[in-house]
Amino acid sequence: MTLTPERTTVASGTPLVPAAPPAPPVVPEKTVTFQIDGVETTVPKGTLVIRAAERLGIQIPRFCDHPLLAPAGACRQCLVEVWAPGRDGNLAKMPKPQASCTLEATDGMQVRTQHTSPEADKAQHGVMELLLVNHPLDCPVCDKGGECPLQNQAMSNGRATSRFVDVKRTFPKPIAISTQILLDRERCVLCQRCTRFSEEIAGDVFIDLQMRGARQQIGTFDTRVLDFAPDPGTGDVVPGGEAVPSTTEADAQAVVSPDGPVGVSLPDASGRPFSSYFSGNTVQICPVGALTSAAYRFRSRPFDLVSTPGIAEHDSSGSAIRVDHRRGVVLRRLAAEDPTVNQEWLTDKDRFAFRWQAAPDRLTVPMVRTRHADGTRGPLEPVSWTEALDVAAEGLSAALAAVEEPEGVEPGLLHRVASRLTGRDEPVARPTGGVGLLPGGRLTLEDAYAWAKTARVVLGTNDVDLRARPHSAEEAAFLAHAVAGRTLEVTYADVAAAPVVLLAGLEAEDEGGILFLRLREQVTKRRARVLSVAPWASRGLQRLDGTLLPAAPGTEAEVLDGIAAGARHEGLAEAAELLAQPGAVVLVGERLAGVRGGLSAALRLAARTGARLAWVPRRAGERGGVEAGALPGLLPGGRVVTDAGARVDVAAAWGVPTLPSTPGRSTGEILAAAAAGQLGALLVGGVDPGDLPDPAAALEALAAVPFLVSLEVRASAVTELADVVLPVAPPVEKAGTFVTWEGRPRPFPQALVSTALPDHRVLHALADAMGVDLGLRSLADVHAELDVLGGWDGGRASAPDERPAEPVTVPAGHALLATWHGLLDAGRLQDGDVHLAGTAPRPVARLSAATAAAAGVADGEPLTVSTAAGSLTLPAVVTAMPDHVVWLPTNAPGCPVRAALRADAGDLVALAAASAAGAGPSAGAAARPAVTGRVGGDAGLVDGGADGTSTAGTAPTGRTSGYATGSTSGPVTGTGEERA
Amino acid sequence: MPTTLTPVLSAHWDEPRAWSLTAYERHGGYRGLRRALTMEPAQVVQAVKDSGLRGRGGAGFPTGMKWGFLPPPDGGPRYLVVNADESEPGTCKDIPTMLASPQHLIEGVAITSYAIGCAHAFIYVRGEVLHVLRRLQKAVEEAYAAGYLGQDVLGSGYSLDVTVHAGAGAYICGEETALLDSLEGLRGQPRLKPPFPAVAGLYARPTVVNNVESVASVPGILRGGAEWFTGMGTERSAGHGLFSLSGHVTRPGQYEAPLGITLRELLDMAGGVREGHELKFWTPGGSSTPIFTAEHLDVPLDYESVGKAGSMLGTRALQIFDETVSVVRAVTRWTEFYKHESCGKCTPCREGTYWLVQVLQRFERGQGTEADIELLLDLCDNILGRSFCALGDGATSCITSAVQYFRDEFEAGTHTPADVLFPPERSARFAYTPRARTAQLAGVH
Repeated sequence: MTLTPERTTVASGTPLVPAAPPAPPVVPEKTVTFQIDGVETTVPKGTLVIRAAERLGIQIPRFCDHPLLAPAGACRQCLVEVWAPGRDGNLAKMPKPQASCTLEATDGMQVRTQHTSPEADKAQHGVMELLLVNHPLDCPVCDKGGECPLQNQAMSNGRATSRFVDVKRTFPKPIAISTQILLDRERCVLCQRCTRFSEEIAGDVFIDLQMRGARQQIGTFDTRVLDFAPDPGTGDVVPGGEAVPSTTEADAQAVVSPDGPVGVSLPDASGRPFSSYFSGNTVQICPVGALTSAAYRFRSRPFDLVSTPGIAEHDSSGSAIRVDHRRGVVLRRLAAEDPTVNQEWLTDKDRFAFRWQAAPDRLTVPMVRTRHADGTRGPLEPVSWTEALDVAAEGLSAALAAVEEPEGVEPGLLHRVASRLTGRDEPVARPTGGVGLLPGGRLTLEDAYAWAKTARVVLGTNDVDLRARPHSAEEAAFLAHAVAGRTLEVTYADVAAAPVVLLAGLEAEDEGGILFLRLREQVTKRRARVLSVAPWASRGLQRLDGTLLPAAPGTEAEVLDGIAAGARHEGLAEAAELLAQPGAVVLVGERLAGVRGGLSAALRLAARTGARLAWVPRRAGERGGVEAGALPGLLPGGRVVTDAGARVDVAAAWGVPTLPSTPGRSTGEILAAAAAGQLGALLVGGVDPGDLPDPAAALEALAAVPFLVSLEVRASAVTELADVVLPVAPPVEKAGTFVTWEGRPRPFPQALVSTALPDHRVLHALADAMGVDLGLRSLADVHAELDVLGGWDGGRASAPDERPAEPVTVPAGHALLATWHGLLDAGRLQDGDVHLAGTAPRPVARLSAATAAAAGVADGEPLTVSTAAGSLTLPAVVTAMPDHVVWLPTNAPGCPVRAALRADAGDLVALAAASAAGAGPSAGAAARPAVTGRVGGDAGLVDGGADGTSTAGTAPTGRTSGYATGSTSGPVTGTGEERA
Repeated sequence: MPTTLTPVLSAHWDEPRAWSLTAYERHGGYRGLRRALTMEPAQVVQAVKDSGLRGRGGAGFPTGMKWGFLPPPDGGPRYLVVNADESEPGTCKDIPTMLASPQHLIEGVAITSYAIGCAHAFIYVRGEVLHVLRRLQKAVEEAYAAGYLGQDVLGSGYSLDVTVHAGAGAYICGEETALLDSLEGLRGQPRLKPPFPAVAGLYARPTVVNNVESVASVPGILRGGAEWFTGMGTERSAGHGLFSLSGHVTRPGQYEAPLGITLRELLDMAGGVREGHELKFWTPGGSSTPIFTAEHLDVPLDYESVGKAGSMLGTRALQIFDETVSVVRAVTRWTEFYKHESCGKCTPCREGTYWLVQVLQRFERGQGTEADIELLLDLCDNILGRSFCALGDGATSCITSAVQYFRDEFEAGTHTPADVLFPPERSARFAYTPRARTAQLAGVH
């Protein structure tokens, strides 16, 4: 390949998003040398015999053994004959066969497996026969049949015929542990993999052993099985006729104690006690068909399935998955093994939420909307690709034609494109014009790159922003400074090795399930510490044994700035001390973008303590989009738009003379411009207006823009308004690369044969229709270009340095809204997965006891949260958290915070008991003594001197902060202080 | 010279209020503790090592050596846990000891704790024996009040707390690691070893788990000296032990004698097998030990001799069965016990006992087959040494030994129900009408 002279200016030879270097081989401190079946092998000291045998390719049958779980030695299937040197040095046979899954290899040991030892072989056959004594042998109707370790090993290590002619133990089947997880107890071989997983890995023990001996069984807390006093409540009946213990809402609420121990949980959406975000893993590691998922039960036989590796699209964890499909239909997804990322685990969302990709509202053909004579929208009509692209190109060109010649664009380019398409020499006269692009945060690296390039090369603008969520200019600066182009600076391995991890505006379990598991591993195995700046200690944080640094929404920056040696608050001082340790990591979430000064404070904190900083977005496409340059101020690889050198570099790679040099508009600004008639057209990707800070305003903008092109997988609120709808492929029907929050590329192949086109091909065709060669016809083209473009070692954007916002005064009857997305909610990527939806936590409003009392609600009573835009009513749950704050799940079913309230974290909302809400929130509030809270905390953190602002003498005043103020400052409690 | 009884623990059981502290002190109680407190802890350990005291809970592991396995003190807590979860069928030595002379145990706890550097000892008592629990708690109270427990024991500067904990009714919790899990509030199932309790036991700290009788024997060793102790018993099985005679014997009860005594001698003291009957089979150490027959009457009851004769000394629970008893029925009852008490953790014990019971019940109904005898033996072979803990091993030994000595009864079980061959009322000590005659049931099957 010959490089043009310009291309030689590409400074770095690295790819745009380089793959992680292979991990250096671990050199064990001590090794042992021993023999298995006469084969000598050397392994690190402490290696279990069964692992060492695997490395030699010697398969020892097993059930309870799992490499990621602590040894149990329960099933006894892996018995081997062992000879070991005694004290006298002579080799002596151990009197009993040994379980190779619990036996550490020692020097000089000789292990004889079933291949060389009749004793081991007989022991294994004996155990297998016993395992099958109480197994129903219903393989023909069992989901596991065909991929069942019990079935396979019964063939390889069992007797051909059974001597058991007696009565088998039976159970009613199945028990519904949740709406998703079903348990057939009679198939269970009691290996305890599931219970060990939930205890050791996920930390949410939702099933456990009960009874003993042959009556021992896995189950939820079942008073009847355990022979407790009869439950006065009525049991509800689940499929199979098995009555489960009464878990009505009232019962489940009865065990709710927000301050209670881990494991006490709110009900899930189906009314059972909330089980787990990771319950699906128990189905996968079950070595028999005892645990099955309702979504897959009786759907398919494993030998009919075609498996394709994939990467989960639901978060930025980049979990490796296996997509199992049959005749073009995905039937299930399993965790694939990847020790560096998700090990062998998966969140339930990644595992079970895949039907959205084949939902009935999938778009399969392009559509064009007719407009009535008065300009109002007519219906969408299916058309050919050629026609749709032509109409889109024409509309976009018309919008471009109206634009003032932007600075930096090749003179006359836009006008030439427009005139060619419109057939007129002069551009269409419009007051303003131009095209804004909203690609959305769920694209692959390749697709995001195509969007970024389309904006600059085809549409001559930097008005491209992938952030379909609350965002800020400060965040854009943060991404440009601290994220873009800095791939793999903080990885899962770094998190796993960190002595302390601070989470700021990041709910690890909800926003990055695998990150949560890695944190938990670090906490349980290495006794590391987790700190979290959040309004309340979530169940996830409790299971991380984490320390809450309580912060009312909007005050996170203040708390982060308060973490310093010698801070008045001992929690903050301790945090500063911890973060000063080598290897400490600070992880910030997308939510911090909504806090003025939050990301700046995180940067200041990292600089102050030496901790490393990483940004953990929620969506799978955000990190890749940042690297691809799908932001108004960034070109690919962290090149800054305003840097002439960077522009020249990219322009050279793209083969264009110049690139637009003015930084573009953000998502909010693009929509505002569209609403104000300052944009001629919008090109919108996978954006749900409900995710935007102000969904109603966004919809108004989309309706107002003269020309709207939508690239979508399914019919949406955007396609409802679009003039041209171009269908694109969901992840399962295209190949591509997701980039994890670490900046690790996660390429995946296409699973299903499909005619659907990925975004980059649609954009290439669209550009083609506009007379521009985008050069991204194939994935290979994109990759070649990404490699040519490479990384950037030129100048980076400077760090934002915003100061925290002034504390907000909370009027009586109001509170500050805290909110974030749960893992399972009403998101469109979970549509159609009803069994999964039943396992989501039930939506509740959380508030402190004092705030609840002021609002006139008791624990469990309905609370109405309202703004001028609307209201939401949810059961109140009294939680240890700062006063004058109310927390709502952002997008839970029945709780669309942004659409209903047009409010986001840190905004003021009115609180009222649901009964009083009819009179209006203000009326309800006026009836009570005025409780004025001032939300802030700077004084409390910094000088501790100023007491709550005193108002009218009779009115109690409150200050909301993460911290109690004044002399009563104590350990972090999560409760604010209210004083008279 | 005939062996004579050597009552030590049981010396004063027949006195009024023998369980009280005053009665115990009257007979030299707590002299052992006073003596121990004048010694270095290591000297106490050495004294017990010298005595040759072996674990009285069944396995016979040298007690002093067990104490010596604790790692050197690291400043953290170390625990003594007394295994008082006596639940083996036939075994009934610890419960009478705690009932009649609890201070023996408490003094032993104090000495042992001092020797191993433990400041908090636990006594895990079988929960079903509420009367024993109460008496033990009262005894601990008395010992606290007298200054034998608590802060600054007898002015020595050494402090010890003792907690009496009631189990919740599981045989498996007599297994030392399951006991520790249960004591920690977890499900009682045996733990993986290593780490052994000496390294990571209760709350993952160095822990000694000893049987009641072992601990209760320690004060005597301190008082009388190792030589006094080794003066009893055999060279490798030193000292005194409680022999619990039960079943078809004229005077059942506790016979405290030197190890090495024979059943013939014990039976003589106990008035022999009940009148008009003769010995058929017996257990040397509870139901988990292979059975013996009349030909083993002269086997010295010490660890080595019993082992050599094909069984185990176990807990010296001598259950005597005369010729009216069906071996098949006795073995079936025992196996039903093991099935009921299997903790369920490992496959061989959980599923194996479940299956064994069904096969044995076939023999009891007279519906076994020739192949079933081989099946029984093969199943036992597949359980013995394959299970996670010794419970599974113990469940098989009565079966294999029964088939070894009484194969003909199993063969008879292929055609005749056991209660036809051995009507149960003949085994009873009193007039007894079975509630459901298998003879009637046999017609049903």
